[in-house]
Amino acid sequence: MHMMYFTEQPMSAYDAQAGLDYGATALNFSNSHFNPIEGSRLYNEYLEDYILAEEYGADGIMLNEHHNAPFCMQAKTNIFASILAATTKRVKIVILGNPLPLCDNPIRMAEELAMIDMISKGRLVPGFVRGGGQEQLASGVNPAFNRERFIEAHDLIQKIWSEPGPFRWEGTHYQHRVVNPWAVPMQKPYPRVWVPGVLSKETIVWTAQQRYPYIALNTSIEHTREIWKQYSDTAADCGYTAGPENFGYLIRVHVQDTEEKALANARQFMWMQGEFTGLAHPVWANPSGYFSPSGRRNFVQFATGRAKNPRGNPTFEEQIASTMIVAGTPSQVIEKLKYIVENTRPGIMGIWANDGNVSKEDRQRCIKLLCGEVMPAIKEYGKSLGLKDPWEANAPVHLRYSTDLTTRQAAAE
Amino acid sequence: MTVAWTDMTKDIAGCKIHVSRAGSGPTVLVLHHDIGTPDRLPFYDKLAENFDVIVPHHPGWGKSERPQWLRHPRDIAAMTTWLLSDLGAKDVSVVGLGFGGWIAAEMASQSPQTFRRMVLVAPMGIKPPEGNIADQAIVSYIDYPQAGFHDPAAFEAVFGGISVDQLEQWDVCREMSFRTAWKPYMYSQTLPHLLGGVQTPALVIWGDDDRIVPISAGHAYVKALRNATMTTVAACGHFAEMEKPAEIGKLVTDFVTAS
Repeated sequence: MHMMYFTEQPMSAYDAQAGLDYGATALNFSNSHFNPIEGSRLYNEYLEDYILAEEYGADGIMLNEHHNAPFCMQAKTNIFASILAATTKRVKIVILGNPLPLCDNPIRMAEELAMIDMISKGRLVPGFVRGGGQEQLASGVNPAFNRERFIEAHDLIQKIWSEPGPFRWEGTHYQHRVVNPWAVPMQKPYPRVWVPGVLSKETIVWTAQQRYPYIALNTSIEHTREIWKQYSDTAADCGYTAGPENFGYLIRVHVQDTEEKALANARQFMWMQGEFTGLAHPVWANPSGYFSPSGRRNFVQFATGRAKNPRGNPTFEEQIASTMIVAGTPSQVIEKLKYIVENTRPGIMGIWANDGNVSKEDRQRCIKLLCGEVMPAIKEYGKSLGLKDPWEANAPVHLRYSTDLTTRQAAAE
Repeated sequence: MTVAWTDMTKDIAGCKIHVSRAGSGPTVLVLHHDIGTPDRLPFYDKLAENFDVIVPHHPGWGKSERPQWLRHPRDIAAMTTWLLSDLGAKDVSVVGLGFGGWIAAEMASQSPQTFRRMVLVAPMGIKPPEGNIADQAIVSYIDYPQAGFHDPAAFEAVFGGISVDQLEQWDVCREMSFRTAWKPYMYSQTLPHLLGGVQTPALVIWGDDDRIVPISAGHAYVKALRNATMTTVAACGHFAEMEKPAEIGKLVTDFVTAS
């Protein structure tokens, strides 16, 4: 089992009341509320946290990127990945992920990731995402072509990493007359790509068709099982059997020496009023054309205040009760995580451990207990359940490298 | 008087395009807004009293099929020219409403003698020298159309009791606006340079309370076209033909029938 440490890198030093007064903490919430002096402090503290996570035994550091919002300070995930490539020695650097549609030049993305792979001596997991709706608006990228751009940029990067240049790329959204970047990844055939997600069925199906692991982002146990079924059904259509090595699960966990302190800090997971990506107008999160047409009818009602948020808005207590958030002492957390692992059977686990305004001292105590005590116990438990990560299972990097397909139906894709 | 409208479908560029037609007399093509159009409007009926009125749904909007390849209002302009040709329409005058005004201007720029007379009602398509075209991406499906009316009661009269079907339609329209006019948003950088050959007499109409397209864009149109004049309508927003159907109807009728 692969266990990684994650934080959104919260910009905790902003005036929360200003966000509440404005009514939004994303996209158009003014960057005049961002304090770069505090930003500098926090970036450097988060870097220390990552180093500590490696020191105490995490298998990986999970990184991400968002724009125009205090909930996440990483505006370019490849920057932290580059820093970690040089400042860590052992951990996998897991980017979940680079929002490919935001990228106007996938060749440059392929180059950057190849450099990170080489500098880290082959420790990069370059995951890809569509990016949230707000990221499209923050970057001026057309949301109506989001999925097309995601797939085409992926296909171009995959070709760069798996075929010698030079070649031409004359696609729908990308045209490049000379594709021949000299920097290529050292991991062969190419670095393992993982794809995180929450909602969209299309992404689950596409990910299964590639045979890339799908990382469910703090979905409920029930919903996670539905995702696994969707993935497994698609895998069967493609001629392979999905296993734990295809599944990852991210969960919010905070550990302290006392339950009381753990619960108090875990409340910070709600610091964005229970919204992962901050308070925002629904049309910012789902600009027209960004989401599946099958969801259009429900969404327009939600966006105009006629229906409740389809994802609900559970309280902290409800999320503790349903194990969407786990908090406690190491032994309490281990017990709950065993339950979650038994019921979701992931080969990859991300632990989102610190959010909001948790102090540096408490963050670091959490990391020590989490990586030093909780992770080893869960890995041991995972072993007893036969949960292998992609390296342990020696899983193919992509469907095309499979040697066990019962049908060649989808292999050509 | 009840106007008898005929709905039909025409195959244009591999897509089924929905067209409504009514009335008799000189032909007037009406090109609708970015938010699509109700099937019938008092303004359309008013025009049908004096003209042969053709109201297509833009490709991808309303009841017309979406061409997946469509990328720009200029593509819609070419499809609309094709539609007029297939309909055998001659000596056509055009009324372009907002986004539809941009399409009308694109058609004219490609073929300066396409239209007999042009009426552009608060057309998009030119970067306003002052101010910006309102960004619908960041407001709700209801707030955007509402912002296009001076009087909230006028919005209620046209769209009151908004159905879920209407909300879905507005989302589809918005997606098509993004697919065709995302960047630069709602204008062309080349269009103003191409309008100088258009000798067609043109009337540019602007509501004096248009919060969607700044009136400076109207002045830019008058400057770019060879033979254009401008008039404003008091207490009127962007969706002028919906807010002031009688007044806009009369302006159009007088201008198109003038010798």
